Amino acid sequence: MKPAPFVRHVPRSLDEALKILADVAGDDGRILAGGQSLVPIMAFRLAKPAHLVDINEVEGLDKIADDGKALTIGARVRHAAFHKPVTGNPLGALLAYVARHIAHYPIRMRGTFCGSLAHADPSSEWCLTAATLDAVMVAKSINGTREIKAAEFFDGIMSTHLKEDELLAEVRLPLLPADARFGFYEFSRRAGDFAMSASLVTYRLDGGKIVDARVGLGGAEASPRRIPEAEAELNGKAAGDAAFRAAGEAASRAIEPLVDHQTDADYRRDLVRVVVRRALEHSLT
Amino acid sequence: MTAHTKGSGGDGMKWVGRSIRRLEDPALVRGKGRFTADLPAAHWVRFVRSPNAAGTIKGITAPDDAMVITAADIKGVKKITPMLHKFSYRPVGQPILADGEVRFVGEAIAAVVAASEEEAEDIADLVEIEIEDALPLVDSRAAVADGARQIHAEAPGNVILKGEVKTPGFDEVWAGAAKIVKIDARSNRQNATPMEARAAHAAYDSITGRITLHCTTQMPHLMRTAIADCLGMPESDLRVVAPDVGGGFGQKMSLCAEYVLVTWLARHLKSSVGWTEDRRENLIASFHSRDQYIALEGAFDKDAKLLALRADVLSNVGAYSCFPTTSGVEPLMAMAEMPGPYDVQQYQCVARGALTNTCTMAAYRGVSRPVITFTLERLMDKAAKAFAIDCIDIRRRNLITTFPYKSATGLEYDEASYRQTMEMAVEAINVPAFRARQQLAREKGEYLGIGFATFSERTGYGSPAFAARGMAITPGWETVHVTVDPSGFVEARIGSSPHGQGLRTTLAQIIADEIGVPPGMIKVVHGDTDTAPYGWGTFASRSLVISGGATLIASRKIRAKLLKIAGHMLEAAETDIVLADGKAKVAGTDREVSIAAMAREAYTQTHRFKGEIEPGLSESGTYDPPGTFSNACHVAIVRLDPETGHVRIERYLVAEDAGRIINPMIADGQVHGGVVQGIGNALLEEIVYDDSGAILTANLADYMPPTAHEVPPIELHHMETPSTQSITKAKGLGEGGTIGPPAAIVNAINDALTPFNVEIDTIPATPQRIRALLRNAERAP
Ligand SMILES: Cc1cc2nc3c(=O)[nH]c(=O)nc-3n(C[C@H](O)[C@H](O)[C@H](O)COP(=O)(O)OP(=O)(O)OC[C@H]3O[C@@H](n4cnc5c(N)ncnc54)[C@H](O)[C@@H]3O)c2cc1C
Repeated sequence: MKPAPFVRHVPRSLDEALKILADVAGDDGRILAGGQSLVPIMAFRLAKPAHLVDINEVEGLDKIADDGKALTIGARVRHAAFHKPVTGNPLGALLAYVARHIAHYPIRMRGTFCGSLAHADPSSEWCLTAATLDAVMVAKSINGTREIKAAEFFDGIMSTHLKEDELLAEVRLPLLPADARFGFYEFSRRAGDFAMSASLVTYRLDGGKIVDARVGLGGAEASPRRIPEAEAELNGKAAGDAAFRAAGEAASRAIEPLVDHQTDADYRRDLVRVVVRRALEHSLT
Repeated sequence: MTAHTKGSGGDGMKWVGRSIRRLEDPALVRGKGRFTADLPAAHWVRFVRSPNAAGTIKGITAPDDAMVITAADIKGVKKITPMLHKFSYRPVGQPILADGEVRFVGEAIAAVVAASEEEAEDIADLVEIEIEDALPLVDSRAAVADGARQIHAEAPGNVILKGEVKTPGFDEVWAGAAKIVKIDARSNRQNATPMEARAAHAAYDSITGRITLHCTTQMPHLMRTAIADCLGMPESDLRVVAPDVGGGFGQKMSLCAEYVLVTWLARHLKSSVGWTEDRRENLIASFHSRDQYIALEGAFDKDAKLLALRADVLSNVGAYSCFPTTSGVEPLMAMAEMPGPYDVQQYQCVARGALTNTCTMAAYRGVSRPVITFTLERLMDKAAKAFAIDCIDIRRRNLITTFPYKSATGLEYDEASYRQTMEMAVEAINVPAFRARQQLAREKGEYLGIGFATFSERTGYGSPAFAARGMAITPGWETVHVTVDPSGFVEARIGSSPHGQGLRTTLAQIIADEIGVPPGMIKVVHGDTDTAPYGWGTFASRSLVISGGATLIASRKIRAKLLKIAGHMLEAAETDIVLADGKAKVAGTDREVSIAAMAREAYTQTHRFKGEIEPGLSESGTYDPPGTFSNACHVAIVRLDPETGHVRIERYLVAEDAGRIINPMIADGQVHGGVVQGIGNALLEEIVYDDSGAILTANLADYMPPTAHEVPPIELHHMETPSTQSITKAKGLGEGGTIGPPAAIVNAINDALTPFNVEIDTIPATPQRIRALLRNAERAP
C-alpha cells in the first residue's frame, strides 16, 4: 500500500497550473486536490500517475461567490466550507444539510467539492447535487475555457467528459427560487459510508400543488441524474404521501440498477423507492 | 472509582477486586508503545501474492537485478504441517512460498527484497506470474460434493477431518420425542481485523550467529519452536520477541509462512529484514474464520424440555491447516461444546472440515462459540414458537441448574449461574415494559424486537482438554517466575503473552495481595523468549486463570519464604507475622521490617540464616487446570426498518459471571470490546468471495467493522460465582463478549420480524438479506 513513484508539481497560479497540466497530461499526469479519493487509489496502486499537479497552493481557486443568480464554487473549496449555509438563498441550507452526509469530519476538512465532481463516484453527494440542480462545470486548459452542463458531464462510474489537460476550475450552482423546498435522504449501512442510494429533491408549491419538481438520484446507477418519471408523478399533485409514494415507485422502475455484492438489482430498486419517498417526506419537515 | 496504584492506604484492603488503572497504559496512551513495524531494517520484504484461487505456476519472471526469492530458493525449508492424531485427520503441508501450485488468492508466491518497503513494492509490481487456472472451489459444500477436484493429494474428498459422536440411547430418545425443531444456520466468513496487521522483523547477530525475531504474535515461544523446526536450526539460536502487540484475537496465534521466510532471509543475508503487512494483505491472506454451515435439530418432550440434539457441522477451513491448533479448531469445538448451557444428555454430531481454495481458517475470539451459540439460541427461540411459549420460559425449563454437571460430550461444568444471570438480565431489561412499547410501535408501523442469548464459555483449560483433541502440539500449562530483587522490587516473568488484555496489571494485583507490596513495585515481564519462561501465550480466555494461577502459586512460595525471613529477623513466630504495605509486622506490636530490608538480607546476609533458608528470593509456579466455565446472558433490543432492512441496536445488556473479578474495570473493557466485535459478526462483517475465488471485500470500506456510530451503550451486570476449578477462583472472560451478540441480535431481529412471518438464520444479518426475505413475503399471494 505504497504509491508508485510520482513527481509532485506545486503551481502557485492558475496559468502555471494549466501549463504544467498541459505538459504532463499525456504522461499520466493528474490533478491532486484534497487527495481523499486519489491518494487511497494510489495506495492501492489502482492509479499510478507519474505526475501530480497539486492545486492546493493555487491562488484564487478557494472562492465561493453568490452573484444573485448562481453560486460559484472554486476548485479548492472543501466540503467543510458548507457545514454552515454559504448563502441566505435556500441553496445554502440545502448544501449544509447534504454536506453532513459526506464521509467523516476529517475527510470533509480536506476533500473538495470540485474534486468530488471530477472523481465522479456514483454515490457522491455533490455529484447528486450537481445533477439535480443542473450545475454548470467550468473547465479550463491552456486552450481556453469550456462550460459543461451537469447532464453532459458525467460519463459512468468514476468517469467524466473532462479532458486530460482540463482543470475543473469552478462549478456554478443556480440559486433556488426563494420559496423552494428541498429534501434529502440517503441510505448506508454505517454512518459515513458511501450511500447505497441517495435522493435529493427540490420543488415549489403553487396553490398547494407541486411545481418545478426535481428528483435527483445517486448511488443507484452509474451516474447520478434527474429522474423525469418521478418528477412527472409530482408536478401538479399535492405534496403528500400519495404523490411521494408514486414518485418512489416510478424512480424504482425507471433505473438501470448498479449491482454489487451487498446490493443486488432487487434490493437497489427497494432502496430507490425508499430514498426518493423519504427525501420527499424530508422536504415537508 | 479508579484507584491509584501507589499504596494500599494501609487499611489492609486487598488489591484484587479493585479497578486500579492499567500499568500498561501510560506508554500506550502517550504514543510510546513499541511495535514491530517501528524497528529499522536493512532490507524490506514485499510478497508477490497469487491473483488466482487455484492453478499451477508456469513461470515467474522477475526484473534482472532484483532479489526475488521463490520456492526454488528455499528447498531445505520444511512445510508447515500441523498434526492431529484423531478424527481421521489428513495432514496437509503448507509450503512457505507456493511450490508449483497455488491454492488461494493471496497465497505468497515470491518475496521481493529491497532497501525500502516502497522499492520492494515497486519491484513486486514488475514480477510476472504465469498461472494455469484450475477450477476453484470456494464454498465448503461444493468442495465436499462428489467428484469435486481434490485440492490436496493427502485429503480425499477435500475432507481434512471428520469428528463423530453419538451417545448410547440416542435413537430411542429421539424416536420418543414429542417435537423435533430444526434450524439450518449459516455463518459467513470473518476476519479478526486486529488494529495492527501482521509484522515481522528478523535481525542476525554476527557475533553469536543468533537471530532475533520481533513479530506481532500471541505465542512467542511456540513461534520459536515452529520456526526453528521449519528452518532446521537450533531453537536456542532463535530469540522471539513479541513487543507491544496491537490486538490479536486469535489471528496471531497461528504460525504465518511469512514469519518463517523473514527469519530465513535474515539468516541467509546475515542482516536485518522487515515485513509489515498492509490492510489488504491482512484481509485476503492472513487468516479467516467462522465460515460454517450448521444444521441443528432439537428433540423436545411435550413440556418443551430438550431431550436430544443432533448436529451436522461443516466448517470451511480454507486452503491449509493452521499451526498449532490445526483446522480442527472450529469444527471440533463446535462438536464438543454444541449443547452449551442446556441440560441435554443425548447428542449426536458429525463435524467436518472442508478444504477449499480460500484463505486458511484459524481461531478468532470465541472460535466456534459465536456460531454454535447463534445456532442453538435460534433453535431455542424456534422451539419456543413451536410450543407457543415465551422465549425466556423455554430457557428456564432447560438451563443447567445443578453442578458439577457432566455434559453429553463428557465436559465437566463447574458451578455457574446460567439461570441467575438470565433472570438478572430479564429483570434489568424490563420485558413487560418492552412488550408494551413494542406493541405501541407496531401500531405505528415501527418494528422493535428483543432477543436473548444464554451461553457457557469454556475457559482456562489446561493440557488435558487440548489432549482430548489429539493435538501433536498440546498446549495448556503456564509457568511464572516471581523474583523479589535485592532492592525489594518485584519482577514476574510469565509465559503468557498479553496483547491488550491488561495482564500486567491483574497479575500485579494478585502478587501484591500475597506478598504485601503495592502493584506499582511489581513488573510483569513477558513476550521475550530470552527472558520469559517457556509458555503457550495468550488465547482461549486462559491467561488470567492459568498464568494467574501460576502467579499465585509462585507468590505463595515467596510469601512463605518472606514469613520465614521475617520470623528470623524479628525473632517472632511466623504465624504472628502480617505482610502488608511493603512491611512485615509482628501482629499487636510495633516490631516491623520492610520487605526491601528482608530482600536485601535474603541475598546479602544469608550466613545469618544458618542454612535454614535458601539464599535469594525467587520462586516459580506452574499451573495446569482442568478448565472452568464462565457464563453470561446477553439481551439486545433492536429497531428494524422493514423498507431498507436496516437494523439499529437500541439497547444492549450483558449479565455476566466470570467468577472472581480481579479488576472490574479491565473485565468490563474485555466485555465491551468483545460485544463490539460480536455486533460486527451479527450485522456487518463478511468476507465475500466471488465464484472465481477473488475477494470482494479487500478494504475497510467493503469489509465493515462497526464504528462508534453503530455501537450502542453497553450495559453490564455482574455476578461472581467463584470457580472451584481455578485457584484464584477467577474464570476466563476474554472471549465471552464476542459470543453472545450474533445470537441475541439475530433473535431480536427475528422478534421484530414476527408480524411479517419470515425468519433469518444467517449471519451477518445484512439489510440485503433481510429485504430479500421481506420482499418474497410481500410478493407471496
Ligand atoms: C473513508 C472515506 C469515505 C468517503 N465517503 C464519501 C462519501 O460518503 N461521499 C462522498 O461524496 N465522498 C466520500 N469520500 C470521498 C471524498 O469526498 C473525496 O474528498 C472526494 O471524492 C474527492 O475530492 P478530493 O478533493 O479529495 O479529490 P482528489 O482525491 O484529490 O482527486 C480525485 C480525482 O479528481 C481529480 N480532480 C480533483 N480535483 C480536480 C479538478 N479541480 N479538476 C480536475 N480534476 C480534479 C483528481 O485528479 C483525481 O482523479 C470518502 C473518502 C474516504 C477516504
